[in-house]
Amino acid sequence: MTMTIPDTDGPARAEPADRGGGRPGRHRIGLLAKVRRDRMLLLFAAPGMILLVAFHYVPLLGNVIAFQDYLPFLGIRGSEWAGLRNFAVMFGGDGAFLTALKNTLLLSLIQTVFVFPIPIMLALALNSLLSERVKKLVQSILYLPHFLSWVIVVSLFQQILGGSGMLNQFLRTHGGHLLNVVGNPDAFFALLTSQVVWKDSGWATILFLAALSRIDVEQYEAAAVDGASRWRQMVHVTLPGMRGIIVLLLILKLGDSLTVGFEQIILQQPAVGQQASEVLDTYVYNNGIVNGDWGTAAAVGLVKGVIGAALVFGANKVAHLLGEAGVYQR
Amino acid sequence: MTTVPTSTVTSRRSRGTLQNGQLPPSALSRVLRGIALAVCCFLVLFPFTGVLTTSFAGPDDVARTGGLVMLPRKWSLDAYSAIFSGGVVTRALVISLVVTVVGTLCSMAVTTLLGYALSSPIMVGRSWMLLLVLLSLLFSPGLIPNYLMVKQLGLIDSLWALIVPSMLGAFNVIVVRAFFMEIPEEILQSARIDGAGEWAIFTRIVLPLSKAVLAVVGLFYAVGYWNAFFNVMLYINDPSKWTLQYVLRTYVVNNTRIGGSDINVDALPPQPALQMAILVISIVPVLIVYPFLQRHFAKGALTGAVKG
Repeated sequence: MTMTIPDTDGPARAEPADRGGGRPGRHRIGLLAKVRRDRMLLLFAAPGMILLVAFHYVPLLGNVIAFQDYLPFLGIRGSEWAGLRNFAVMFGGDGAFLTALKNTLLLSLIQTVFVFPIPIMLALALNSLLSERVKKLVQSILYLPHFLSWVIVVSLFQQILGGSGMLNQFLRTHGGHLLNVVGNPDAFFALLTSQVVWKDSGWATILFLAALSRIDVEQYEAAAVDGASRWRQMVHVTLPGMRGIIVLLLILKLGDSLTVGFEQIILQQPAVGQQASEVLDTYVYNNGIVNGDWGTAAAVGLVKGVIGAALVFGANKVAHLLGEAGVYQR
Repeated sequence: MTTVPTSTVTSRRSRGTLQNGQLPPSALSRVLRGIALAVCCFLVLFPFTGVLTTSFAGPDDVARTGGLVMLPRKWSLDAYSAIFSGGVVTRALVISLVVTVVGTLCSMAVTTLLGYALSSPIMVGRSWMLLLVLLSLLFSPGLIPNYLMVKQLGLIDSLWALIVPSMLGAFNVIVVRAFFMEIPEEILQSARIDGAGEWAIFTRIVLPLSKAVLAVVGLFYAVGYWNAFFNVMLYINDPSKWTLQYVLRTYVVNNTRIGGSDINVDALPPQPALQMAILVISIVPVLIVYPFLQRHFAKGALTGAVKG
């Protein structure tokens, strides 16, 4: 940080106009004086911090209802404590919960294995385009779906693949067998996965392209001098250059592995039924907000949040051990 | 980590090599990659065309194909005049626009003010405020407690429920703050010497210097508000306060029939045309802001993102 005003005016520091002079804590002025000095800035920060506390940290405390027989008309203070009873539904092997858990993990696995590599391949293909203008155009087209809502994406898919959609119209006029893609429980995961690919693969290339553009040109030149073929260059220069960002994104994905496509699934759940489509997030929604089983839903949500955070920390630790930067440094 | 936007590297490109100095691919692989990318672009663009053409199709065309019309024989604006004639869709459109505009303005005010305060090197309490912002990215309170909070505040069935809980994006605060911190301290110092207060510095120096990042963050917020669906599902029970996304869900995803009581027309255009017209008007605003967004986002989204 560049400081231009010399540190000569000690006592006058309490004036707001002198802000930015010395290092913090160097001048022993009381907290109250500091608050007075920074009152404008504190006022600036106040609305944001209030919102953050009100809609993040207070609800975080609101998770205590996971330990209660919560009844909305009694409120948190009036409701009775239930100990760990709400958690029993999870650890007692409730069928609906297990289905949701199984679906969540399966979807997460599918999306990590099949969806994750696609943006990397797209980025490599984009990066090898010779014309900068064509590259820009293709990027613009591929980024676009990211900015559409899930409602729009689901609508579009229905119009193409749905029962009376374009695909079946074509099959009907050309005498093929009708395909039931939308609303078919067996094809539901494939449908979800293709929607995720369609919506976000293009957008996800942006980080990989940034990583690619950071690779030092000299490394390629050196590799070429050493006689490396294009393939060897890719294996020994390009992929190592992307390693950091790939690890970073895999960690984030792992931390999110109990969170899969909530809006996307809620929208399409009526068509395929809960058995085929319930994931942890929809379980929380359906049990808590729809059925009023607040305590159980909050307990599931809490466990999900705790495991998710633990996964991020754990994965980050592994990344450090492997010598990668990870999401945050210690 | 520092990020170089992809576009800045182009100048280094020399003849015969790619921007990274890689050898150019063989002709065959170039053709194959070209085809693959062309297919990807087609897959993205194709769904829009059917939707767009159907929204302009007349009743005969829809009856002939029984659904989407790729090439209407007779173009018609009936579907649009029907949904803009008043009633459910028009009202939802107005509500969506109001929520988006008001929400974005509020979000930008809160975000930039907090970002500016946190960019100050000495403000008291700066480090723990920053910690709270950063930690909020790692933990989420969960759906149920959030819902109860909104309910506790009496926001259920109020349009403010669509704005207030999502007003502050912690990530955006970090992006904006990172940008503010790049502004040379000397400029701020000289303004202070000239007697400018924080408000004057913020509005007259910092904000005008940050137009690029403000545009990106503002548009991200706007797209977020425009696209929000689940908050409506959670917090709004009153059909007269539905937003366009919710109307889209009801009439297109759930395939509820749009009846004569929903819109003010004498003769009802065919359902597919109506549905596709609703879909089109929900996409068009995003398409309008998209080019502006695109010009900036590689720079704006990445500066804050990777630096953290």
